[in-house]
Amino acid sequence: MSSGESAWRIGAAIAAHIAVVVAWHLFVVWGEVPRYVMPTPWDTLQALIDPDYRWWPNIVVTATEIYGGYALAVVTGVLAALLFTWSRMLEAVVMPVLVTFNMIPKVALGPLFIVWFSYGVVPNALIAFSIAFFPIVLTTARGLREVEPDLLDLVRSLRGSRWQIFVKIQLPGALPYIFSGMKVAAILAVAGAIVGEFLGSDKGLGYLMLQVQVTLDTAAMFMAVILISLLGVLLYGLVAVLERLFVVRDARVS
Amino acid sequence: MTEPFIRLRGVRKVYRSRGAEFLAVSEVTFDVEPGELVTMVGPSGCGKSTLLKILAGLHPHDGGEVTIGNATHPFDPARDIGMVFQQALLLKWRRIIENVLLPAEILGLPMKASRERARDLLAMVGLAGFEDKYPYELSGGMQQRTAIARALIHDPKLVLMDEPFGALDALTREKMNLELLRIWQASGKTILFVTHGIAEAVFLGTRTVVLTAGPARMADHVRIDLPYPRTLDMKTSPAFGEYSRRLYRLLGME
Repeated sequence: MSSGESAWRIGAAIAAHIAVVVAWHLFVVWGEVPRYVMPTPWDTLQALIDPDYRWWPNIVVTATEIYGGYALAVVTGVLAALLFTWSRMLEAVVMPVLVTFNMIPKVALGPLFIVWFSYGVVPNALIAFSIAFFPIVLTTARGLREVEPDLLDLVRSLRGSRWQIFVKIQLPGALPYIFSGMKVAAILAVAGAIVGEFLGSDKGLGYLMLQVQVTLDTAAMFMAVILISLLGVLLYGLVAVLERLFVVRDARVS
Repeated sequence: MTEPFIRLRGVRKVYRSRGAEFLAVSEVTFDVEPGELVTMVGPSGCGKSTLLKILAGLHPHDGGEVTIGNATHPFDPARDIGMVFQQALLLKWRRIIENVLLPAEILGLPMKASRERARDLLAMVGLAGFEDKYPYELSGGMQQRTAIARALIHDPKLVLMDEPFGALDALTREKMNLELLRIWQASGKTILFVTHGIAEAVFLGTRTVVLTAGPARMADHVRIDLPYPRTLDMKTSPAFGEYSRRLYRLLGME
């Protein structure tokens, strides 16, 4: 892609987003939609100025839940997949259990986590973790497994060690898979943390949404949704940047 | 009479799966002189690839004798084998020169000297100036040249090639045949070259070993007394036609 074309694409993307906001505004104004049903973009932005909502502490809480749960999922997910490649026994026994656990709608575990860990940041981060863990472990395990048998023969014909195969071929070969799992997990982790706050908590953007819902304060609800989305975008963007740094273009799994 | 570099006597390999036995290779008896380019031709399932794996020390054989090396040409199974496969199997995340260096890294050879050698080899296979490209930037033929340079980086005495040009288009393949002959004569390596193309087998080989399938056994080996350097003109010569006919007959296709 030429730099001219990519500049054009970025411009088109920005213009499209502005168009959506304008359309939103016109819809509310021309359609005479009551403000408690849908605020205008301007109403929404004004909610951000109101100190009553305590945006900043709430953002910090939700961000801690999302990023904490996500970081835990990445570390444990990748480590678990690594263990599977080192022990086929372990994989044969544990992997089917993981696949079954993956079938559980993770948000259904929310009430249990609250029983086990009480209200607050920890159970919500754990819901985010439980939902983000599976795509990471499954894609990483798959990436580590996808090695050309002939390539293994080539290394073995030189009496290369298992460690050399792992470091030089398996792990770098799995990186694109790991990143693709991390991208999926980034979106899921946000949903996990918010559902946790809905189920039971006394802080966070999800909790705030429930608070203002009672008074039909949709402007604040809209703002909360936007901020939650931004936390997700930030995480996804960070993963995408890391992928760009570590994975050669052609090797990326789209 | 020089002592053979490779001596095979009644080599036999049987695979067992689910109680059933499957004869992969049998009655393989031939010698390879140092510096020869021996081609092996036969249909799918005749055991060509299995034989290469036995020679590479990747599979044990079940019967017969396999001896590689002699007093004047000692053979170290850990570092005297280079392998080229039908797919180039380059590591997508490594630049071309780093791909060539892979066997040197595995063997723990001094990297500075190896890097020099990799540059020389890339020049020899016609890829000077492509050292810092990534595999996806190269055509199929160029990727296969890279794979050949990689097979030569550790200066092995024996190069095993398993249908290395099988995935290339017909014209590129002819070009690569000429290139291989040039590289072979420049490097003085002993090469075993598996193909299922009769013309390719005759054109390249000092000798052609004919293997048949069902049951997998060696039919015969034929010395190809065409002078080197070989040219594409020779393919239309009566002698070339005679050799081809003989191979077809041995394969039971006439």
